Amino acid sequence: MTRFTWTLAATSALSFFAASNAFAATELAWWHAMTGANNEAVEQLAKEFNESQSEYKVVPVYKGSYPEALNAGIAAFRAKQAPAILQVFDAGSGVMLGAEGAMMPVADVLQKGGYEFKKDDYLPGIVAYYSKPDGTMLSFPFNSSSPILYYNKDAFKKAGLDAENPPKTWPEVFEAARKIKTSGAANCGFTSTWLTWIQTENFAAWNNVPYGTNENGLAGLDVELKIDAPIYVDHFQAIADLSKDGTFRYGGRTSEAKQLFMSGECAILTESSGGLGDIVKSGVNYGVGQLPYYEGHGPQNTIPGGASLWVFAGKSDAEYKGIAEFFHFLSRTDIQVRLHEVSGYLPVTMAAYEETKKSGFYDKNPGRETPIQQMMGKAPTENSKGVRLVNLPQVRDILNEEFEAMLAGQKDAKAALTEGVQKANAAIAAAIGK
Amino acid sequence: MQSVVFPNKVLPYLLLTPQIVLTVVFFFWPASQALYQSVLREDPFGLRSGFVGLANFRAILSNPDYLHSLKVTVVFSLATALLSMAVALLLATSAERVVRGRNIYRTLLIWPYAVAPAIAGMLWLFMFNPAMGTFAYILRRNGFHWDPLLNGNQAMTMVIIAAAWKQISYNFLFFVAGLQAIPKSLIEAAAIDGARGAKRFWTIVFPLLAPTTFFLLVVNTVYAFFDTFGIIHAVTGGGPAKATETLVYKVYNDGFVNLDLGGSAAQSVILMIIVIALTAFQFRFVEKRVHYS
Repeated sequence: MTRFTWTLAATSALSFFAASNAFAATELAWWHAMTGANNEAVEQLAKEFNESQSEYKVVPVYKGSYPEALNAGIAAFRAKQAPAILQVFDAGSGVMLGAEGAMMPVADVLQKGGYEFKKDDYLPGIVAYYSKPDGTMLSFPFNSSSPILYYNKDAFKKAGLDAENPPKTWPEVFEAARKIKTSGAANCGFTSTWLTWIQTENFAAWNNVPYGTNENGLAGLDVELKIDAPIYVDHFQAIADLSKDGTFRYGGRTSEAKQLFMSGECAILTESSGGLGDIVKSGVNYGVGQLPYYEGHGPQNTIPGGASLWVFAGKSDAEYKGIAEFFHFLSRTDIQVRLHEVSGYLPVTMAAYEETKKSGFYDKNPGRETPIQQMMGKAPTENSKGVRLVNLPQVRDILNEEFEAMLAGQKDAKAALTEGVQKANAAIAAAIGK
Repeated sequence: MQSVVFPNKVLPYLLLTPQIVLTVVFFFWPASQALYQSVLREDPFGLRSGFVGLANFRAILSNPDYLHSLKVTVVFSLATALLSMAVALLLATSAERVVRGRNIYRTLLIWPYAVAPAIAGMLWLFMFNPAMGTFAYILRRNGFHWDPLLNGNQAMTMVIIAAAWKQISYNFLFFVAGLQAIPKSLIEAAAIDGARGAKRFWTIVFPLLAPTTFFLLVVNTVYAFFDTFGIIHAVTGGGPAKATETLVYKVYNDGFVNLDLGGSAAQSVILMIIVIALTAFQFRFVEKRVHYS
């Protein structure tokens, strides 16, 4: 009886295995954090890739917000259930970089599939951001963005502002926001997503002031933050003052403030260029402009945000081959051009950028080239190559807490930034085991 | 009492096995892992780790954020337990008085208990989120400055109400059962003696409900301590500025967001000690002082 049952179980398992092997291609799980219009783009890409060949099947899985997707990936790695491809946001790059041996560099992955990774094909700022100090490119730059200014043209007209020329410097933005609020053109003048990424990390690069020591962490792990300098204090104090009467509205720690702009509540928004897809869909009569700066400091260049695709070590050759095929597919010029045009993310290859230029897309859609020009406009200085900390997500949380206390009126900008820097420095020291 | 001897020596153990396996797999094994992890320092990916003794515990207990979180937890738990029990008791006594449709009311009142914490959180978030919530718009239109994204007290109120709302059904059920167990003759006798409704409630019904109330107090405190993670995660994420970061949320946040696994494990060991203390307290003192007859 027992033997019979075993035989039966074994046979049925075998036949099931054989059957599934005959029909199903190698499955490649792709964990990502894209929502709304960008989620549709991800689904569309996977669908097209799967239809273009029959050996591999990319399965996109939404894993929550950027930090949640990173944590899900790490937990899965520890449980030896890592997905084939993991999308990790800019701030998580330092975390991933610390996991030597757990990841396979993107050039090695492509080699396994018979392709060569040519660094020169990609935008230089992006390559630098996702490379180790020795120049090894670690992850595939899937969606790169840069923060820009969005404004509501209808509200600008109502407030008597020039709807064709958005404010260029921060004092101009604050002035416009006040006018919008007092004239009643909108309930709130100005809001911003990602205060940490836009108002500290990119603020530092764009105004060419240090974010931290050791080239903001690119030259070494041991970093002390410098964002309690007067220029930051003045900037955040101005925002705190505006928030007292609701001229500035806080939306949340990540991209929640985009809702405030899309609903018409707030008339000016600083947000990732990757938010464009949703803003277009919302039907707001919007315009875009450069990220604002301070006269006498900027504009220098912005640093890439968004996310890149990481590949775990220890997968089978068949999986690596499939991933290489998929990355090759993603870097195709026509795919990159389309992704850039529908989502607002940057084209990651030079060829795609040139192609978009040639097609006249930027002439028809003024402002769409802004995020690329911001990033490529000037050769980066030691302040503007990027920010890399082993625990940047944690540091962002620490700073967000301070900003929340400041915007609630519990402390002024100087106290918030001083305490934030102290706590962040202690957390960095603990994370690198000092 | 006569001692019972089973003729079969193996069967009793066999019958106990499922329970023991469940306890070992879902309690003892994770608990031992937490103990082990709490004396280690490890990188997020588990590639390198080293023994650090009690350093994680020292770091936590000297961290003002931890003490703040403890305070938040006490305020949150007491408020949640008292609010949900008070509302449940009010509803239970009112449901007693209803004659027609009593069962319909009872069934409807039990529904929220079936809602998962995260979903309960989302429900309240949709109503009171400052960017899109209907009630948030109404509050602001009426001149109330509603902004739980920045105002810690408002955020706290919101999670307390959401957490208490979910627990009302459970408390309601127990109070209804408790009320039914009170002999009608006592209440009738008091009524004949001239005691009015409120007097009858406070001198007869409430003291006789004491066992139920104490039981619920412990259950609700434990619920507020440990089962409200989903609500806090969905509604406030521990913010603004740590205003709603309870101990359990901090374990998650330090472990899975800040990737400090040793510190997070040490915190869960401390939580484990708190639960053991609470349970021991409940069995030693509370159970003895309450009259069950």
